[in-house]
Amino acid sequence: MRNRFDEQLELLNTEMIRMGAMCEEAIAIASTALVEGDTKTAAKIIPLDKEIDQKERDIENLCVKLLLQQQPVARDLRQISAALKMITDMERIGDQAEDIAEIVTTLEGRMVPEHSHIREMAKAAMKMVTDSVDAYVKHDIDLAEQVIAYDDVVDEYFEYVKSGLIEMIAKNPTDGEYALDLLMIAKYFERIGDHATNIAEWVLYSITGLHKGETV
Amino acid sequence: MSIISAKDLCLWYGETQALKNINMEIPDKSITALIGPSGCGKSTFLKMINRMNDLIPIVKITGTVYYQGEDIYAPGVDVSELRRQVGMIFQKPNPFPMSIYDNIAYGPRTHGITSKVKLDNIVERSLRDAAIWDEVKDRLKKNALGLSGGQQQRLCIARALAIEPQAILMDEPTSALDPISTSKIEDLALSLKEKYTIIIVTHNMQQAVRISDQTAFFLMGELIEYGNTERLFSHPKQKRTEDYITGRFG
Repeated sequence: MRNRFDEQLELLNTEMIRMGAMCEEAIAIASTALVEGDTKTAAKIIPLDKEIDQKERDIENLCVKLLLQQQPVARDLRQISAALKMITDMERIGDQAEDIAEIVTTLEGRMVPEHSHIREMAKAAMKMVTDSVDAYVKHDIDLAEQVIAYDDVVDEYFEYVKSGLIEMIAKNPTDGEYALDLLMIAKYFERIGDHATNIAEWVLYSITGLHKGETV
Repeated sequence: MSIISAKDLCLWYGETQALKNINMEIPDKSITALIGPSGCGKSTFLKMINRMNDLIPIVKITGTVYYQGEDIYAPGVDVSELRRQVGMIFQKPNPFPMSIYDNIAYGPRTHGITSKVKLDNIVERSLRDAAIWDEVKDRLKKNALGLSGGQQQRLCIARALAIEPQAILMDEPTSALDPISTSKIEDLALSLKEKYTIIIVTHNMQQAVRISDQTAFFLMGELIEYGNTERLFSHPKQKRTEDYITGRFG
């Protein structure tokens, strides 16, 4: 009865999964470049970020077309409006991964110190992004809630990283600029965690019709 | 505050039960939309409110409807007074084959108003309230059947307003109209709700979303879900509501 509409919603779903995967890849590139101090890897992110931007535009167009043609209600409306909000956060994740990679290129091949917690922080932020996209794909309320809770872990890592960098500067003041670069990177990962949280919150809305903290 | 309330309302057409235990409170000065597939009982329910079903001989009714606290199915109720207070607009505009002026003056005249000045005032006020005055003021003596479909429907609304009702029942009032006329009727309904209670049966779900404050979803004679329109269309509580409004069955 509504085959065409269902096909279009399925297409939207596939496109969202694809954009999610691109964001994961962007963070993975940024993390690898950072950990290995590899500027060549870092450069790969520029075309990828462009693709992410284009994907955002494509999904946006698809959503507007669906709103116009199908005048969706109930869960269809929630799915489409949530998708429209989620792509903004995904696009920002792409930008921040690019920002990280850009800083890596200025570090002149310096490896991130083993004890700095930035590696763990990068892993934690990536896990949040992966899980938030998974929660969307699987309509998984529990997983979305776990993502939201996990933001505290990323925030905690940020505090560790910050204290570590303060110590680093105290021990070796000539590393001041390097420490600030690392702090910026950590902040970008922290922001990525926030965007993943937003995505998870929209997943919850899309499934339940309620925003975080709302009850029927 | 509710102006109309249905209590355990059941209706049978012969052996067929068309309404099953409807309980519903309709708030004053608001727009209530009744939606559901054909044959779900929404129009039957609408007609219960001004006792239009009484005209059908095989109908059996249990339970009742209260209008402003009064049981409208109690013995001795003045049905024509009820219908004066609860006007009705039908799917197909049905102006009388007479002048625009006489269409509007018809109701007040049958209620004993003969003064030309009074009638002139009523005609103008009703046509203004129905947002059609500017289009017809120069041809009040022309036959109403010469108006377009959308104008005829607004004329019928003006005719209903002329006898100063409290509530207006609308049975798919725009289903025979083009988008511009539909939009005018919708705007009109929104402006009328300041003074009147409007209950509208519609097959156009977007229309229900656009103009109604609360929506009732009927299915096979049952009231499945009733509540705030925005809530019902964004996250319905009942799966059957969700399936119907999203077109997954119907």
